[in-house]
Amino acid sequence: MNGRGAAISLRIAQAIPVVIGVIVISFLLTRALPGDPAVQFAGAAATPESIEQVRQSLGLDKPLPEQFIIYVGQLLQGDLGQSVSTGRPVIQELAARLPASLELTLVALILSCAIAIPLGILAATRPGSWVDQLCRLLVTAGVSLPTFFTGLVLIYVFYYLLGIAPSPLGRLDFIYLDPPHVTGFFLIDSLLDGDPATFMGALRQLILPAATLALFTLAPIARMTRTAMLSALGADYIRTARAAGLNRGKILYGYAFRNALLPVVTTLGMVFSFVLGANVLVEKVFAWPGIGSYAVEALVVSDYAAVQGFVLAMALLFVVLNLVIDLAYSIIDPRFGADAK
Amino acid sequence: MTMNRRQFLQAGTAVLSAVPFARSFAAIAAPADQIVVATGQTINSLDLHRTGTNRPSYQIAINCYDRLVTFGTKTLENGDVSFDYSKIEPELAESWTISDDGLAITFKLKPDAVFWDGRKVTAADVKWSFDRAVTVGGFPTTQMRAGGFSRPDQFEAIDAETFLVKLDKPSKLSLPDLAVPVPFVINSEVAKANATAEDPWATEYLHTTPAGSGAYKVARWDSGQQIVFERFDGWVGGPLPKVKRIIQREVPSPATRRALIERGDVQISFDIPDKDAAELASKMTVHSTPIANTIHVVGLNFNFEPFQDANVRKAIAYAIPYEEIFKSAAYGRGAPLWGATEPIEDTVWPRKSPYFTDLDKARELMAASGFANGFEVPLSISTDLATWMEPTALLIQEAVGKIGIKTEIEKIPGANWRTAVLVEKKLPFHLENFGGWLDTPDYYYFWAYLKGNLFNSSNYHNDEVAKLTEETLPMAQDDPQYLPKIKRMFEIAFEDLPRIPLYQPALNVAVNGSGGYEFWFHRQLDLRSLGATEA
Repeated sequence: MNGRGAAISLRIAQAIPVVIGVIVISFLLTRALPGDPAVQFAGAAATPESIEQVRQSLGLDKPLPEQFIIYVGQLLQGDLGQSVSTGRPVIQELAARLPASLELTLVALILSCAIAIPLGILAATRPGSWVDQLCRLLVTAGVSLPTFFTGLVLIYVFYYLLGIAPSPLGRLDFIYLDPPHVTGFFLIDSLLDGDPATFMGALRQLILPAATLALFTLAPIARMTRTAMLSALGADYIRTARAAGLNRGKILYGYAFRNALLPVVTTLGMVFSFVLGANVLVEKVFAWPGIGSYAVEALVVSDYAAVQGFVLAMALLFVVLNLVIDLAYSIIDPRFGADAK
Repeated sequence: MTMNRRQFLQAGTAVLSAVPFARSFAAIAAPADQIVVATGQTINSLDLHRTGTNRPSYQIAINCYDRLVTFGTKTLENGDVSFDYSKIEPELAESWTISDDGLAITFKLKPDAVFWDGRKVTAADVKWSFDRAVTVGGFPTTQMRAGGFSRPDQFEAIDAETFLVKLDKPSKLSLPDLAVPVPFVINSEVAKANATAEDPWATEYLHTTPAGSGAYKVARWDSGQQIVFERFDGWVGGPLPKVKRIIQREVPSPATRRALIERGDVQISFDIPDKDAAELASKMTVHSTPIANTIHVVGLNFNFEPFQDANVRKAIAYAIPYEEIFKSAAYGRGAPLWGATEPIEDTVWPRKSPYFTDLDKARELMAASGFANGFEVPLSISTDLATWMEPTALLIQEAVGKIGIKTEIEKIPGANWRTAVLVEKKLPFHLENFGGWLDTPDYYYFWAYLKGNLFNSSNYHNDEVAKLTEETLPMAQDDPQYLPKIKRMFEIAFEDLPRIPLYQPALNVAVNGSGGYEFWFHRQLDLRSLGATEA
C-alpha cells in the first residue's frame, strides 16, 4: 500500500512539467491562431478607432511576454481569466459544462461496455459463430457511421416518427428545474436531492445522445475485448487450467478475462479521452451544453482565455485519467503494484 | 456459455424497455400563455454596451429595455408584418419637438413609465444611459455617432420628465438612430449602486443582471442553453404583450430545430436556413422577409489590377448566373436584385442592378478589355457563411471560367474572415453581405462605398460618390435635392461596379402554433408582439 502511495505521488510530480508545458504551448498557440479577436468583438459596424479601443480593453495591445506574465499571475490565483465570447469567468463556464460532458461520456461508456464486453467475450469464445458475425457487424457499423448521423437518425426515428423520446433540448426539459448543484451530474444531484421525477427527466434526455456515443465507442472496446480474449484463451496457462480440470466459468472469468482486461482498460482510457473531445457533433445535435461545443465556439471567435482554459482543463483531466488507469492496472494485475513507476 | 447469452439478452431487453416510457409530460409542456422558441444563436451577454456582446444578445436590449422612440409597423405585400422606417413612434417618450434649426430635440417622457423595481423612469436615467453608450467605446459608440451623438454634453436632463438632445448639425438619421437597439434606457440608480471605480458604467453587473423598464424581464439565463423571459405587467412602452412567459432554447443543429418545430414542441423556430424555409412552407407558417438594407454582393477589389479595368468588371456582372444562384443558394427566399429595365426614378433600396446573365455580352466585354486572354484569381468565401457562399461561389466559378477567368475557391475560417475581408481588405474577388440598420441608401453607401470604411471591402473610391454620400447622409428624404443626388449615386455605383448585387437575403422564421411575428431590421426576435395563438 505504501508502495502504491509513493507511486501515486511520483506520478503527480511527473505531471507538473507536463502542465507547465501545456500552459506555455496553449498560450503561444492561441496567439498564433489566425483571426483578430479585437476585430471579432468590435461588432457589426466598426471603425479602426473602435477596433483599437476593443484591443486595449482586452489587453491585447501589450507585448506578448507581458500578456503571458499577467496570464500566469492570474492562473496562480486560480483565475482562468474571463471569456470574452460568453462574458463569464472561464472557470465558471468549465465548471458548468465539464460535468455535462462527463456525465454524457460516462453514461455512454457504461452503456457501451455493458454491450461491448459481453459481446467481445462471446465472439472470442465462439469465433466464426453468429455472435462473432453480429459483433463484426456492430463494430463496422459503429465505426463507419459518423456520430452526428447516428444522432440524427435516432432523433428522426425515436422523437420525430415514434414520438417516444423527449424533445432533444439539452440536459433537461424546461418543465423541470435543474437539481441543486452538488456534483454537476444531473443524475446524481437529482438523486441526492431525493427528486425521482427530475432524475427520470434527466435520464430520458440522456438516453438518445448516450446511445449515439455508445454506438460509436462500441467498436474499439468490442474489438479489443475479442482480440485480448482470443490471445488469452490461446495462452499456456489456460491450457494448464483446462488440463487441471477447472470449470469453464473459472477458466473464462478467473483467468482469461482477468488477463484480457488489461488491454481493454487501456483502450477504455483512450476511448474516454478521445470521446470527451470528439463529442462536439453529438452535443450540437442534441443541444447538449457540453465542453466540446464551448471550445469549438471559443476557437472560432479567437476567445483566448476560453481556449486556454479548455486546454488546461483537458490536460489536468488526462493526468488524472492516466493515474486512474494505472491504479486500475495494479488492482487487476498484482504484478504492477509497488514498482508501477 | 448459455448463461452468458441469456444474461446479455436480459440486459438488452432491460435497456430497450426503458426507452418507451419516456415522454409522458408532453401535454403540459406548452400551456397557452407560454411560448417556446428554438434558435441556433447563443446569447453571450445581457448588456449590449459591453465589449464582445454578440448580435443575438441585442434581443435583450430590444425586449427587456425601452428606447425613447421606436419604429411603427406596416404590412408587406406578402402579408408579413415589418417595421416601418418612415414612422417613428413613442416608446418611453410621450412626445418630442425638434427645434426650427434642427439642432435640438426635446423629449417629454411618459409620466407613468416605471422600471421593474417600481421606480419612475426619469430624464436622469436617460442621460446616464446615453452617456454610457457614447463613452464605453466599441460598437455602441460607433452606432451612436451615426446619429450625430458623440459626447455626453449633448444630452441634458431638464427636469424629471424632460430630456434634451443637442446636435452639432441637423441630420435625418438622428431620430431613427434613437430607435435602434443601442440607446436603451437603464435604471441608473440600480446600475450606479453596482458600479465600481474600475467599472463606472457597471458593465459587470448589467452583463448578467438587466435593470430596465422593458416589456419582459429575464427570469433566468443559463448561458449557452436557454433564456426565460417573464412579462413585466407595468410596461407602458406599448400594448401589453399577450404572452406571459417565453422560453428561448438554444439548439445549434438546424436538423434538430426542424424536428422540434414540425413536432410542435416549440412554437417558433427563429432564423432557419433557406432550405428548411422552402420545405417547411407547405406545412406551417414560414415568414421569409427580405432583410432591409442588406445585399449579398460579389466584391471586386480595386487593388487587384484586372479589376481596375471597367470592361472586366462589367464582363463579370454579365457572366454571373443570377437566377441559378437565387434558386440554389437562397432557395428562392429573399428578393432578386438583377435585371432592372426601367431607368432609375426613385430611391427604393435595395434595388435591382441593370445587369443580367448574358454570356455573349460578357465575352465581348472581356475581348474589349486589357485582359482578353483571361487571368487567374482566387475567389474567397467564409466558412461560417458557407450555406449561401459555397453554392454561389461554385456557380460563379463555373460562369467566369467560360469568359477566361480561372478561379480557385479559397475558404477562409470564420475567425479570420472579418480581418481579411473588411479590415485588411486584401481579398481580390470575394462575396460580402453588409446590411445597415438605418434603412436609407446613403447609409449603405457610407459604409460600403467610401474609402476606408469597414464594409468597403473593394477599396473603392470615387470623389463624386464620396461627396454625394456626405451630402445626402444628413439630408431629409423629402428634400428636393435628395432624389437627384441619390439617383446619381446609384448610376455611378452601377457603372463602376465595385460590388455586384446578387440578391437580398431573407430572414426565415417558422411558426407553428403562435402568431404576431414582426420582422425588425435588427434581425432579432421582438417578443412583444407575439401572441400565443395564430392571429
